[in-house]
Amino acid sequence: MSVFMSSSAARGPIIDFAASESCLEINGLSLAYGDKPALRDLTLRVPRQRVTAFIGPSGCGKSTLLRAFNRLHDLNEEVVRCGEIRLEGQDIHAPEVEVAELRRRVGMVFQAPNPFPMSIYDNVAFGLRLQGELRRRQMDDSVEWALRSAALWEEVKDRLRTSAWALSGGQQQRLVIARTLAVQPEVLLLDEPASALDPISTLKIEELIGNLKSRLSLVLVTHNMQQAARVSDFTAFLEQGELVEYGPTQTLFTHPRLARTENYITGRMT
Amino acid sequence: MRRTWRRHGEGPWPWLAAGSVALSLLMLLALLLLLATRGLGHFWPAEVAVVTPHAGSPFAGIAVREEAIPGDTRRERLYFTANRDLEGGRWRWVELGEIARIDYPAELVMMERSRWGDLVGRLVALEGEGESHVGEAAWPALQARLRALERLRDERDRLRDEVVMPLVRRLETVDSDEVRAALAAANGRIRELQATMGGATLIVESADGRRVEQPLEKVLRAWRPNAMTLLDRVVAWGEGVWRFLSEGPRAANSAGGVWPAIFGTMLMVLLMSLVVTPFGVLAAIYLNEVAHQGALTRIVRIGVRNLAGVPSIVFGVFGLGLFVHGIGGSLDEWFFSERLPSPTFGTGGLLWASLTLALLTLPVVIVATEEGLARVPDHQREGALALGATRMEMLTRVVLPMTLPAMLTGMILAVARAAGEVAPLMLVGVAKLASRVPVDGDFPFLHLERKFMHLGYHIYDTALHGDDVQAAMPLAFATALLLVLVILLLNLTAIFLRHHLRLRHEVPSRV
Ligand SMILES: Nc1ncnc2c1ncn2[C@@H]1O[C@H](COP(=O)(O)OP(=O)(O)OP(=O)(O)O)[C@@H](O)[C@H]1O
Ligand SMILES: [Mg+2]
Repeated sequence: MSVFMSSSAARGPIIDFAASESCLEINGLSLAYGDKPALRDLTLRVPRQRVTAFIGPSGCGKSTLLRAFNRLHDLNEEVVRCGEIRLEGQDIHAPEVEVAELRRRVGMVFQAPNPFPMSIYDNVAFGLRLQGELRRRQMDDSVEWALRSAALWEEVKDRLRTSAWALSGGQQQRLVIARTLAVQPEVLLLDEPASALDPISTLKIEELIGNLKSRLSLVLVTHNMQQAARVSDFTAFLEQGELVEYGPTQTLFTHPRLARTENYITGRMT
Repeated sequence: MRRTWRRHGEGPWPWLAAGSVALSLLMLLALLLLLATRGLGHFWPAEVAVVTPHAGSPFAGIAVREEAIPGDTRRERLYFTANRDLEGGRWRWVELGEIARIDYPAELVMMERSRWGDLVGRLVALEGEGESHVGEAAWPALQARLRALERLRDERDRLRDEVVMPLVRRLETVDSDEVRAALAAANGRIRELQATMGGATLIVESADGRRVEQPLEKVLRAWRPNAMTLLDRVVAWGEGVWRFLSEGPRAANSAGGVWPAIFGTMLMVLLMSLVVTPFGVLAAIYLNEVAHQGALTRIVRIGVRNLAGVPSIVFGVFGLGLFVHGIGGSLDEWFFSERLPSPTFGTGGLLWASLTLALLTLPVVIVATEEGLARVPDHQREGALALGATRMEMLTRVVLPMTLPAMLTGMILAVARAAGEVAPLMLVGVAKLASRVPVDGDFPFLHLERKFMHLGYHIYDTALHGDDVQAAMPLAFATALLLVLVILLLNLTAIFLRHHLRLRHEVPSRV
């Protein structure tokens, strides 16, 4: 495919994980919107039960990559893709894979909080009802569990039946995380989850991310370098749809190997 | 931005804009005012003057309006004189200078009759059944007799509608002696009632001294317009309005009420919305959510939008060809061949009218629903999909509930449009006078093949087709007012529902 021209730019060191340690495995993934390439020949592995941050300038393809993980691109007819993505060793584009089930296993939280126009309780129960869970007690327990996991329970337990749209932005975002956690995903994709929030809410979300990694693998997209440094274990730097550098967060931020990476994290954009 | 513009008052644009809004509102108010005064004034029991001209005999009448005589300084006044059987007409112009005196005698009686319209004059006597009330005693006797007559009429109508008509229809299917006997008995009872009603006669003297013998059974109501207090008048006005709303038309739609037309309009609109809403919503969902968003979909969308601009009579012709002649004709051949050549579905009727209007209003529902669907933010859809919802689940659980206000808006707009539509109905099923309403106690209770009456068509018929259009005009105005009110009510319901649903879903008003 002519749109996937591989660039000859120098590559920084790319960390690799054993297949047994990784939840997601991306092999030679390229993706284009029509004839506009967005990802070029990406190969990387995302470790299990860790926080992996994707950083890079605006428009470099971070969101595009995230949306490839749960096949949200399926809806867009002009998207062209080649290369494979494996979740726990299985190709997510294999014909026997059910998209709905894949999306349950790979949860996603978007930049703008998007609670549904229903009560707090119904928002959290939404995914469970899709799974066919109808028993009242079970549901109540799961909703409480999910809200506790998202550190929201104490704030909303007395108004579960009120509209989710009455919550503050930070609470809404945690509600969306609770909603996603309720269906027990294995991977949680967070696309700039705190960029629309105030500092306190941001802190709460970051704390939450730290607590969650004991349970599942997290992928975080952020423009906030401090945030990436604070919460992630590994960081990947993307530029113009290419993976430039990928390593342990500590190393990448203190001793980046490539000038491109250093320029970006120190704010000297080229 | 706009505020600074307004504050500095730059240029004439703010004034022009405000002026045109004010003008539109004013015209709307003027329209309502005209309809209200001309329509509702008709039910007011106005005073009746006895006018004595310098030359000629006096006459009684209600002053209607005054006009300047063209090319002259004099003015003339129009009187409604009633007494069509005596005068030949019911209207009379008099030049003001010709009037010698005007009196308002309290004992003047006005009567509404089932034939010949109103009668006005002095009551001389009430005779019949061996007794005779003369002079002042005639008025209380007349009132008592009219009340008795009213009861007899109700009894007769009830017998006819609830006993005789069902028996007649039973006879169409089973021909048993038992039914015949029951029918004969009921008819006998009706004849008895009829006989009791007849017999009495009123002697009335008109203002110029002529005497009329008026059979009492033809008199519906009588009042003494010059002896009424304000309260009496208000009560009489309220009763008049109520009769207008609750009774059927009389005298070829030039008198009486409009209840069958209200009922027909509502029923037709109800059936139409039952058809158009699901079809329109499904079509919108298909266009917006399912179909590939390519050139073809765009063309279809443009087509649908333009369909809204097709003149309604064209839909009428289409409905006549497709529904009435095409489908209706075939239905008659297959299922109602025993009744041919008199058509059952092969002629205009409630069903075909509803379907035609459903077709007419389909674009309204589609466009409104599509707009609602387009307003659902993409991140809501993605949120549902990301939780493992299929596209169907996303639609039914997130998108459609958020689109509900838009769908309702579309439906109500369709209803409002359909309620006022007349032209296509003339082709597919409206009737000047429907002898039987489309809903009755007869199986299957709802008769889709029957013709029905409609407020819009009733206006047209009342205003143009009576033998005394001037007398019927107030009724046309009142009917028009009613139609406007019905449509206003529907629109207000829409606004209320939308607001209510929006609160429930707390969709911010920017959406
Ligand atoms: N639906 C789409 N159709 C066409 N092009 C798109 C679409 N979505 C994204 N793109 C393009 O693909 C490229 C990558 O976009 P993407 O949203 O992945 O960037 P990003 O790294 O998430 O940026 P940001 O940090 O601003 O969110 C951009 O050039 C963008 O213009
Ligand atoms: Mg993005």
